[in-house]
Amino acid sequence: MPKKHGNSLLELTDRTKRRNAAETRFKAYGIAAIAIGLLMLVILITTIVGKGVGAFQQTFVTLNVELLENKLDKNGNRNLDDIKKVTTFGYAPIIRGAIEAKVKELGIETPLKSKDMAQLLSKDAAAQLREYVLAHPDEIGKTVEFRFLAQSRVDGYLKGRVSRDSIGNDKNISAAQLDLVDALVKVGVIKKTFNSAFIFGSDASDARPEAAGMGVSMVGSLFMMLVVLALALPIGVAASIYLEEFAPQNWLTDIIEVNIANLAAVPSIVFGILGLAVFINYMHLPTSAPLVGGLVLTLMTLPTIIISTRASLKAVPPSIRDAALGVGASKMQAVFHHVLPLAAPGILTGTIIGLAQALGETAPLLLIGMVGFIASNAPDSVASGLLDPNSAMPAQIYEWAKRADPAFYERAWGGIIILLVFLITMNTLAVILRRRFERRW
Amino acid sequence: MSFVKLTASTLAIAAVSATAAAARDQVQVAGSSTVLPYASIVAEAFGENFDFPTPVVESGGSSAGLKRFCEGVGENTIDIANASRAIKDKEIKACADAGVTDIMEVRIGYDGIVFASDINGNHFEFTPSDWFLALSDEVLVDGKMVANPNKNWHEVNANFPEQPIQAFIPGTKHGTREVFEEKVILAGCEATGAFDVLLEAAEGDSDKAKKKAAEKACIGLRTDGVSVDIDGDYTETLARIESNKDGLGVFGLAFYENNTDKLQVATMSGVVPSTESIATGEYPVSRPLFFYVKKAHIGVIPGLKEYAEFFVSDEVAGPDGPLAAYGLVSDPELAKTQEAVAAETTMGGNS
Repeated sequence: MPKKHGNSLLELTDRTKRRNAAETRFKAYGIAAIAIGLLMLVILITTIVGKGVGAFQQTFVTLNVELLENKLDKNGNRNLDDIKKVTTFGYAPIIRGAIEAKVKELGIETPLKSKDMAQLLSKDAAAQLREYVLAHPDEIGKTVEFRFLAQSRVDGYLKGRVSRDSIGNDKNISAAQLDLVDALVKVGVIKKTFNSAFIFGSDASDARPEAAGMGVSMVGSLFMMLVVLALALPIGVAASIYLEEFAPQNWLTDIIEVNIANLAAVPSIVFGILGLAVFINYMHLPTSAPLVGGLVLTLMTLPTIIISTRASLKAVPPSIRDAALGVGASKMQAVFHHVLPLAAPGILTGTIIGLAQALGETAPLLLIGMVGFIASNAPDSVASGLLDPNSAMPAQIYEWAKRADPAFYERAWGGIIILLVFLITMNTLAVILRRRFERRW
Repeated sequence: MSFVKLTASTLAIAAVSATAAAARDQVQVAGSSTVLPYASIVAEAFGENFDFPTPVVESGGSSAGLKRFCEGVGENTIDIANASRAIKDKEIKACADAGVTDIMEVRIGYDGIVFASDINGNHFEFTPSDWFLALSDEVLVDGKMVANPNKNWHEVNANFPEQPIQAFIPGTKHGTREVFEEKVILAGCEATGAFDVLLEAAEGDSDKAKKKAAEKACIGLRTDGVSVDIDGDYTETLARIESNKDGLGVFGLAFYENNTDKLQVATMSGVVPSTESIATGEYPVSRPLFFYVKKAHIGVIPGLKEYAEFFVSDEVAGPDGPLAAYGLVSDPELAKTQEAVAAETTMGGNS
């Protein structure tokens, strides 16, 4: 006979001790898991902010530019067609003259020629100047103050990305040019300030990363989300109401249910290939268009919306339906007057989370031609917003991360910050809606 | 009832989009990711200087671009395919089958391919033979082809430092890979004498078939992890080198010139790669870059011909233009190309 012991409530048996210890250990595991999760989040956020925040600031050079008539309007008649004939290449000498004059005026000693001085400016400067002259032809012959972007190496120097040690083999910048930059920074001609063009501007080519912005791809994302909202919400809600409230329970609806659940787990790239095959190759919709992107993302978001809508319809107690039916409402009246309004907060939350998911999706967009040098024209109408080639925020970030100039890498991180701000806003909105309107029975 | 309304509006959206799809006013370009930076620079300047909207340039690789180019004629297909290699006969045939018959070939300049390693690592002075001995699956030892035993650069060439061989080369979907195989591995194969041995052993009905078989055997690369195919872009190769300081990578000249703070470039046959040494032909590893224009689209898509002409104009593609500043080696025969574009000369026709 084994010895009997531990019958006392005051004394812990070995077994109880082991059980208690196991519980304590489990709590410790849980806390460790949370701590690791939080640590990862902190690392993620500090990395993103640390690497990306620089993109919101940009280095500018302020110069007085004399808009020489003999260069810009040889005939002197301010005829816009004649002025247009001077391409951006024709504006380069004017910019060279402006920076040389500024350096001379400030009395800075430099061995540089005017061409090397002008290299401090972005190649965007000529475009900026030409655009201004075309908009204000009357200003030709006058001297106007301009704020030009500095080229990416100068910007990197002020941000600490480029140092004097790292430019040994760099043909885009020399030590003498950095000396000039130092001198110009001292007198305030070169300044690093907040750059709204990064948030609102369009993409720029590989030669001028300093001019690239997220604005146009943000509009592309917006149009895609509109398409998703306009299609996925009504279709998803209609499908769920039918399945939940009207459909008979039989093998057919069971199969449909299982397949909707499966569809939610399909990798998004599959929807991209489907979109390419159906919308572009078969239906001949234009490539790179936000409309097609929106249709593809609709397919991807539908299952999410259907599942969350059905869950919130299920959460409405049957007594409400019974009461409505009991006082003589038709089934449709019961659903639309009583069940749906009560389920609405849950539906909205599901929709917003589905949209947030779609907003951050990149893979399907790669296949329908939304990656490349695309987001360069801001759409001028709703139709052009839907049909003209455009990119989307995550696709733009992907594109920047691929480009050669390290300045684009910084912009990719900056783009991630903007994207995260959108996602956090949407998710917060979903949480607030759920808190304010959700009812529990 | 609302369901009916919704279905109707969905159909309406689809109908509107289908009709609106018939009007395209910007040039659409797709293809090589090597040409993409140049094409985007030109597209941007084109949008600034002309009244046409900025052309859209997609990437995806030369082969993918040409495949889309050959899908047919019409506003739903691309107007221009960028390629880092010449179009193949197979692709011309595929184009013709789909009704794309008049193709204008435009050579925009040359691109150098460089070998670079981490800035703080060892410096290398390569010859093609070194690369063949380092990366080929079989090398010549005592007159016989044996599996490549080299694991260290020092074993490849006694002048090299002790450093394990680790190479990151472009994957097979890149046009760069073909140039690497042809100008480096094949050249090395011939220089080490392996080619002659392979030619003797090659099976084939004719001398030409034998030569082809030997060449194919030459460019077979080892698969034991020493040579890693990079299917992504040069940024991926750079990231691999940053994490593995012993790695050597294959890059485009323009990419290297933008990342001189992280990479040091190796010489090839004693020549330092630069736009100058490539233009003179001293640096051996370079290739021409092209774009292909669908002639049927000229006059239909506004700005197409203007874009092509602008691309090859002296102020853009010339030695002092923005493309050369970015890293393109400008074509000494640019004037000829300009004439051909102006005359809309097509391939195989009156060129």
